[in-house]
Amino acid sequence: MDLHVVWFVLITVLFAGFFFLEGFDYGVGMWLPFLGKSDAERRAIINAIGPVWDGNEVWMITAGGAMFAAFPHWYATLFSGFYLALFLMLLALILRGVAFEYRSLHEDSGWRTRWDWAIFFGSAVPAFLWGVAVANLIRGVPIDAHMQYTGTFWTLLNPYGLLGGLAAVAVFLVHGGHFLALKIEGELAARPRRAAHAAWWPAVVALVLFVLGLFGYRGYLDKGALALLVALVAAVAFVAVRFLGDRAAFWSGGFAIVLATVTVFVALFPNVMPSTLNPDWSLTIYNASASNYTLGVMTVVALVFTPLVLLYQGWTYWVFRSRVRVGEGGY
Amino acid sequence: MSEVALARLQFATTTTFHFFFVPLTLGLVILVAIMETLYVVRGDEKYKRMAKFWGTLFLINFAIGVATGLVQEFQFGMNWSEYSRFMGDIFGVPLAIEALLAFFMESTFIGVWAFSWDKLPKKLHAALIWLVALGSNLSAFWILVANSFMQRPTGYVLRNGRAELESFVAIATNPNVFYQFTHVFFAGLSTGAFVVMGISAWHLLRRREVAEFAASMKIGVIAALVGSIMVATVGHFQAQYIIHEQPMKFAAMEGVWEDTPDPAPWSLFAIIDENRQENPVNIEIPYLGSLLSYNKLSGSITGMKTIQREYEAKYGPGNYIPPVKWTYWSFRVMVLVGGLMILLALWGLALWGRFETSRAFLVSSIWMIASPFIANSTGWWVAEIGRQPWIVQGLLKTSEAVTPASVVPAGTVLLSLIGFNLLYLVLGLIDLGLMIKYAQRPMREPEEAGDEALAY
Repeated sequence: MDLHVVWFVLITVLFAGFFFLEGFDYGVGMWLPFLGKSDAERRAIINAIGPVWDGNEVWMITAGGAMFAAFPHWYATLFSGFYLALFLMLLALILRGVAFEYRSLHEDSGWRTRWDWAIFFGSAVPAFLWGVAVANLIRGVPIDAHMQYTGTFWTLLNPYGLLGGLAAVAVFLVHGGHFLALKIEGELAARPRRAAHAAWWPAVVALVLFVLGLFGYRGYLDKGALALLVALVAAVAFVAVRFLGDRAAFWSGGFAIVLATVTVFVALFPNVMPSTLNPDWSLTIYNASASNYTLGVMTVVALVFTPLVLLYQGWTYWVFRSRVRVGEGGY
Repeated sequence: MSEVALARLQFATTTTFHFFFVPLTLGLVILVAIMETLYVVRGDEKYKRMAKFWGTLFLINFAIGVATGLVQEFQFGMNWSEYSRFMGDIFGVPLAIEALLAFFMESTFIGVWAFSWDKLPKKLHAALIWLVALGSNLSAFWILVANSFMQRPTGYVLRNGRAELESFVAIATNPNVFYQFTHVFFAGLSTGAFVVMGISAWHLLRRREVAEFAASMKIGVIAALVGSIMVATVGHFQAQYIIHEQPMKFAAMEGVWEDTPDPAPWSLFAIIDENRQENPVNIEIPYLGSLLSYNKLSGSITGMKTIQREYEAKYGPGNYIPPVKWTYWSFRVMVLVGGLMILLALWGLALWGRFETSRAFLVSSIWMIASPFIANSTGWWVAEIGRQPWIVQGLLKTSEAVTPASVVPAGTVLLSLIGFNLLYLVLGLIDLGLMIKYAQRPMREPEEAGDEALAY
């Protein structure tokens, strides 16, 4: 088996897990200031993701580490090229991580309001920027013959990039809304449900445009029947979200996010960073990769530990399976 | 400033800041786990209160350690893309393993632990904090596997214009890891111990909750004894290892320009002139240099000028001498502070069970909270600054590792440097304020307030 393909698949899995799990964390964070009318309600909203957000974020860190190990040139070109975008994302994520832990440590409404907004921006900025980044991977960015990015920060903020950002924000708002509706007890649960429904329309519009772009930029129609089926099922699953109950809607939306991630990676394959300057200068799973030996070592590690991680992370969701009550302790 | 200088400054400041919190995480989690285990074994509610109290401080510290660790994961790609290309085949491996094997474990279980005091059986809950302890220390191990390659490359082959992995076992069992990880592990334990001792002392000085804080002090003193003595012992052998593996770093640590006479003296205080490559003032203790370097009263230390000539012959023209003042003084401050830490731990042992009787000990303990943080930072500087101009010893220079200025210009690095440092400054002050606030709170409060504190 071609280890380059294996690692391309594994990184797809990591990003799919990341967008599914942090997708609802970002959504919940973005809804926080708008859905929680009182401090007790806002605490309940944060508590819905309180025990799990940290573990969810590791999916992104692992994806970054896996890119470094399996496709060092991809890691180097992407993160040096998207420097300012990543810088802003890191500032936002640092603020968000600290905000969750610190907001309730001080009895002061001004203090807590400030941290709540830190959570909002700490969720909205990464959600938006991941959308921008993924859209630009699909669209292609200027990369020269030496694998160096030759654009600037503003290159990324093209219409398709911005569309990707908005699509990500809207989809995560829907996803996070359904998660909250599932996790919160009592009448507060109705609010995120309505909010998720409200965000559904913009999400659908942005997604349709995004997929059209994907078809255009990457010639998706030539990728084969199975690839088309994946994209189609993703679309159906996301459309269905509007018509299902909370639990089914959450899972259907999450399924759509996973399949959409797969669609994006299928569209890229076998490129990881297409160049707009010359197709021959694109980074591919072959010219960007680590040695076969490293890929082999990493494959063994991933095959042993990924199931273990899934197992114990699944267990944590089981421990906290009950709904969160307003007025409980926690964050 | 050049792009390299700015990128270095950013890496140095963000890493030092990150490493300010990490050792406390590594050590304090073990002490909290011991307290909770005592609670499970002895069934004494005192230990549960202790685990919750110190657990709250642990969580405040953990949050900022994790948040600042995010930058570490990505800034190799951002600022050191040429390093990432040259080293990714090797360096990415321990980094990815760290995330998959260790960081997932610690981040997942800390969330469960903080939220499940009343949800899970006692034994299972205690097991969770041990898993966090295991995860965070494993995490340190894999990060140091990565760093050890930079100090002493092994298990690689130069191919396709980069370093490629030839033996995973060789990089994971790099002898340098043995010294470095053990050193950092016991440094972490000492950091947890001195924080526990200092804060307990503050309460004991005020005769507050003497049973709880005296018990905390006992655990702190034992951990401080083990930690500070072991960190010094390992450090001693580590320095002897460095003599062979990184002689230039060692000579800089000792401020030795010319080969020393045999037996070698040990420099206690030197004024170093890096331009003229000499020490105009140098107060030395005879024999001690040989004793520390070779465990005997003879043997000379090779000077930086000699090694410079060897390296020029081996690697071509260039300056192979690291910033000597930084290396020399960082090393001395670390050793001095480490010595004071051992003394305080011994003093605590002498006062065993009657800590409250010595006001001087309690006051010293409070002041000494700062000591592990100083020793940790200076120790890390010795390791990293002493390796310069290399980013990977003998293989790649720092100046060749930076992202090309055409991709990330100096102005952009300056922007992120200022941005990260401003954010870190603000968060650092907030963290300090919260630590002080929660360190001064009593353990026995109405149960509700206690829970609230623990779960944020």
